[in-house]
Amino acid sequence: MKNKMNLDFSSVSSNEAFARVAVASFVTQLDPTMDELTELKTVVSEAVTNSIIHGYDNQPDQTIYISCTLEEDAIELIIKDEGVGIADIDEAVQPLYTSKPELERSGMGFTIMENFMDKVDVVSHPGEGTMVKLYKQLKKSKTLCN
Amino acid sequence: MGLNVQFTTKENVLLVRLSGELDHHASEQLKKEWQLAIKEHGVKHVILNLEDLSFMDSSGLGVFLGRYKEIMQLGGEMVVCSISPAVKRLFDMSGLFKIIRLEESEEYALLRLGVA
Ligand SMILES: Nc1ncnc2c1ncn2[C@@H]1O[C@H](COP(=O)(O)OP(=O)(O)O)[C@@H](O)[C@H]1O
Ligand SMILES: [Mg+2]
Repeated sequence: MKNKMNLDFSSVSSNEAFARVAVASFVTQLDPTMDELTELKTVVSEAVTNSIIHGYDNQPDQTIYISCTLEEDAIELIIKDEGVGIADIDEAVQPLYTSKPELERSGMGFTIMENFMDKVDVVSHPGEGTMVKLYKQLKKSKTLCN
Repeated sequence: MGLNVQFTTKENVLLVRLSGELDHHASEQLKKEWQLAIKEHGVKHVILNLEDLSFMDSSGLGVFLGRYKEIMQLGGEMVVCSISPAVKRLFDMSGLFKIIRLEESEEYALLRLGVA
């Protein structure tokens, strides 16, 4: 059975914490490990922050969309904005690449998403916005051995 | 939850103790306060104690790198201590340990900077 959750909220930085806690509490139903939960919270934080800073250039009156689907032990997360979009995705996902060094960005957001999730897809077009799709299969070893 | 920041000095060392969650939202305020603390106290080195930091993302890496560059300009060193496995993974991924030293505890970090 598929279990789905949708969320949309304003592009303000105080919602970064809200977004990662909301996703984490939805995913808790699958009984993830603490490490898995930390990884999920971190990638949500990365993608939402990117929509705020890069997608919407810090304009607070825009909307960010999250959809999270659980099926068996698999998680699909979609984080989307209708902001400026990315012209060169291959360049954007390079470790340490940032288009905003003056804001002390580390350029590690996409690298962290790729490390913490099984699969990351970026769909983006200049002027149309960005959609980041993240997939993760939870380990189910916890309850198997009793 | 938010971030709590505590600044203390010991000789020419600024001790920065972070607790709570460090994300983009918290990082902007942290940057301002940290820059002010370095200036006000006229310190040379920084020790970053992350023992009670429960969450961090790449925004934290950006702030640490920014302060490292400023401290380096002053001829100082930056040492991080009491780091959790989750935060250590982010440091490892970004190569930050090449420039910021890791020590087990605040005491070892102080020793390393020659402050007993
Ligand atoms: N939602 C987005 N909208 C527009 N550009 C984006 C978005 N997400 C990422 N980018 C681009 O990809 C680059 C790399 O992102 P990331 O790895 O998270 O590093 P950082 O956020 O530190 O710059 C950003 O600097 C930006 O140019
Ligand atoms: Mg980012």
